[in-house]
Amino acid sequence: MPVKQLTVFLENKAGRLAEVAKILKDKNINLQGFSTTEARDYGILRLVVSDTELARQSLKEAGFTTHIADAICVKVEDKPGELFKVLDVLAKEGINIDYIYVIAGTRLVLSVQDIQKAEEILKKNNVLLC
Amino acid sequence: MNGGIYWEQEVETINKDKLRLLQLERLKNTLINVYENVEFYKKKFDEGGINPYKFNNIDEIQKLPFTTKEDLRDNYPFGLFAKPLDSIVRIHSSSGTTGNPTVVGYTQKDISIWANLIARDLYSAGVRSNDVIQNSYGYGLFTGGLGIHYGAEKLGATVIPVSGGVTERQIKIMVDFKSTVLCCTPSYALYIAEVGKDLNVDFEKLALRVGLFGAEPWTEEMRREIESRLFIDAIDIYGLSEIIGPGVSCECIYKSGLHVAEDHFYVEIIDPITKKQLPTGSQGELVFTSLTKEAFPLIRYRTRDLSSLNADVCKCGRTHVRMRKPMGRTDDMLIIRGVNVFPSQIEEVLMQVKEVEPHYLIVVDRVNYLDTIELWVEVSEDVFAEKINDLEMFEKTIESKLYAVTGINIDVKLKEPKTIKRSEGKAKRVVDKRKGETI
Repeated sequence: MPVKQLTVFLENKAGRLAEVAKILKDKNINLQGFSTTEARDYGILRLVVSDTELARQSLKEAGFTTHIADAICVKVEDKPGELFKVLDVLAKEGINIDYIYVIAGTRLVLSVQDIQKAEEILKKNNVLLC
Repeated sequence: MNGGIYWEQEVETINKDKLRLLQLERLKNTLINVYENVEFYKKKFDEGGINPYKFNNIDEIQKLPFTTKEDLRDNYPFGLFAKPLDSIVRIHSSSGTTGNPTVVGYTQKDISIWANLIARDLYSAGVRSNDVIQNSYGYGLFTGGLGIHYGAEKLGATVIPVSGGVTERQIKIMVDFKSTVLCCTPSYALYIAEVGKDLNVDFEKLALRVGLFGAEPWTEEMRREIESRLFIDAIDIYGLSEIIGPGVSCECIYKSGLHVAEDHFYVEIIDPITKKQLPTGSQGELVFTSLTKEAFPLIRYRTRDLSSLNADVCKCGRTHVRMRKPMGRTDDMLIIRGVNVFPSQIEEVLMQVKEVEPHYLIVVDRVNYLDTIELWVEVSEDVFAEKINDLEMFEKTIESKLYAVTGINIDVKLKEPKTIKRSEGKAKRVVDKRKGETI
């Protein structure tokens, strides 16, 4: 099962990320992990949270542009070689990763063109999906 | 009068020769009126050797002096009135943000002619006496509100004088009172569409079917945007308070140029630099002479609006000359590193790029003696993509199209929604920091 990932458009301005964090806190939404990507004047924040719909609604009301997308989530152990194991499986099948980040210490969130196909390959190679 | 497609068939479809005679007759009266009653014109005519009592050829209008906005300001407030205040029943005025405001007056007869012109325009746009007109132009010193109001009543329609602003209430009225016609600025129409979307209003299900939008230049792309979001026909109505207010020209249902009310206004296109009259079809500055106004007649008033004229008879059968949608103003023109750029060009590009709502701001500055120009564009949910590459591509597409159209590099900056101030009247699309303006 893919996870729901919430994406937020942010201008590069002091305090914008703090504003997002405050909204999540006020709504008692737990943040499992996130990553940021930046261009010159703006950035994209990607979040995995306990209640994606509520988070989206709350951010929208506060004037943020948001987007929900599916992403793959896999479980790894906290030991050397775990990232390589996952990447190697995908690389051998010629699957390109658009972006990848860690949530909650031992989980990887990653995005590829064909999520279903990638998940099947991972399963076949004994990678644990969340 | 009613029943057909014309409000006043005879004068709207008059042949050109008859129209020229009518114009000459009315111009002669106007020239005598201003010569005898306005010191400013008496002096100008005397200096130019113009004898208003012997004026007998409409083409000689080219010899008459121009009137400019500066002339209006110099004669603030009532210096150009041709009637004493006793016979004036209404005053309107511009906001005067850049100097003395311009003040205009109307006699009872002026008001009644104006109301009739607006009724004619509404009628040509397909509005009838059984329509419910939501008039969201500002009521007050601005000519839009009261101008449309009197014309709508003259037509016999039901007028809701809601004026501008309080957009949620506008939408509630639109839904509850089943408004069929909306009158406001085109940028406010889009704002209503946006607020309506937030409130989950389904405009397709509303009774609204026509809008008459004016008081600021707008593009064909903006028309398509308004029409597809509000599910209406969007008609352009043009005017300026100096000439009468809205109703100087208006589109018919064919939306292929604005019919100038030639029985009341003589229109010319001039080259703004040489000030010479240009042949029909050429692009230049619109110049109007009022032919019937009593209180505030103007001779060859330079509007600073850029357009061109089309003398062909329209599909609707009206013979009055059509002016192209004004594409900008000579004083809106930005000079960026020596290149002339019109905000309307930038808007057109923006609307061509898929799904962009026209919430944008042009920011001009001078850094280290060099002009800079930025285009701020809000990122709406329609545009937002999950990947940074898509956003960068979107930015670059706009930038390269802008370069192709204007020949200069315009730096596109993506902004969060609602960071650009919304207007409830005339939209402010340019901030020129070189002139000390601030965002």
